Amino acid sequence: MSDIRQTIRQYIDDNFLLGARDTAYADTDSLLDLHILDSTGVLELILFLEETWGVKVEDAEMVPENLDSVAAIADFVQRKQATAAA
Amino acid sequence: MPPTAPPLGPEVLALDCAAETARIAEFIVATLRRFSKRGVVLGLSGGVDSSVCAALAVQALGAKRVFGLLMPERDSSHASRSLGAQVAQQLGIEYAVEDLAPALEAIGCYRWRDDAVRALLPDYTPEWKIKLAISGGLQGGINHFQLVAQSPDGALHQARLPLREYLQIVAATNHKQRLRKTLEYFHADRLNYAVIGTPNRLEYDQGFFVKNGDGSADLKPIAHLYKTQVYALARHLGLPEAVCTAVPTTDTYSLPQGQDEFYFALPWQQTDLALWAKNHGRSAAELAAALNISEQQAEAVLADIDAKRRTARYLHARPVLVEPIDNDTLEEPTR
Repeated sequence: MSDIRQTIRQYIDDNFLLGARDTAYADTDSLLDLHILDSTGVLELILFLEETWGVKVEDAEMVPENLDSVAAIADFVQRKQATAAA
Repeated sequence: MPPTAPPLGPEVLALDCAAETARIAEFIVATLRRFSKRGVVLGLSGGVDSSVCAALAVQALGAKRVFGLLMPERDSSHASRSLGAQVAQQLGIEYAVEDLAPALEAIGCYRWRDDAVRALLPDYTPEWKIKLAISGGLQGGINHFQLVAQSPDGALHQARLPLREYLQIVAATNHKQRLRKTLEYFHADRLNYAVIGTPNRLEYDQGFFVKNGDGSADLKPIAHLYKTQVYALARHLGLPEAVCTAVPTTDTYSLPQGQDEFYFALPWQQTDLALWAKNHGRSAAELAAALNISEQQAEAVLADIDAKRRTARYLHARPVLVEPIDNDTLEEPTR
């Protein structure tokens, strides 16, 4: 799980923060509220999840509960992988 | 909130049309004198915003100092073109019709857009009609766009727009607004006129415009008015009935697309009221009652206004400099 979180964090730091180290955020912080993500950013994130873990995000799954924090995203990826493996 | 605050409803948007017309007319004259321009150019879509702007300009300057541009392209409706001409003729202003399709074709507008659509709907051909519809935000999810397409047999097809295709379709269609503005400035330069931008308050506030496209202008005479108020002015100024009752559309996609579908996700009358409520510090509970939606939905609407304002900041922003260049006469203070 912490591998998934770390990979997500790295992606956020590289892609949205452009490497800048000036923004600290906890795993449970809302990325939308912190304005690290906007709605276009969510689409980029979805592409990243697809390319990295083969996760397909359905329309109904595009909700903050699944995508709005490092922890939520990691949980979501784990659940999708578990369903796919089942 | 003071005890005498009016209840939240359509009445809060009531407008003294005669006074407002006079105020805007004075503003137009003052702005032209400030910029040393002799008249105004504006694009006429047949929609209520540009029609009202043209009528206000005629009130302010007389018909001889107003030049209209009808700029249809492949996907704009025939109705918009004929209504635009009707308004220009009724107002007695000079106008030109410029078909943008060849220029848009040459610049790759249609090709880039069609390529992106075909990536999602392989059977798509330019005979199909398409539009974008927003979804998610009102239900508490994250705003995203769906591609809606109608094949020649009438069947509807829908697909969520992933990142690449979403950005590419928007970028390609943005050519339309930017090219229109290019023509407006050509005629403005040629005539020593100023360019009018026609956004209403909703569009201006919520970033519903293309940067350096319809967002660009020298003056914006109705940017402070709610859509409801623009319609009220249309009636007051005696514009054609079809203009006064038209449903706001984007006139950008070949499938008729309401602005609410594309951007606001609520009927425009409700978005007007929501924006007014936001600007006057009204509660989600009050808004919910006024719009007959749940309090949770009202909270989502109010939050969505903030989210769109944030995105709009980039669209409104002037070029950013490394350090301020201090010169009193260099830049006009913005109003």
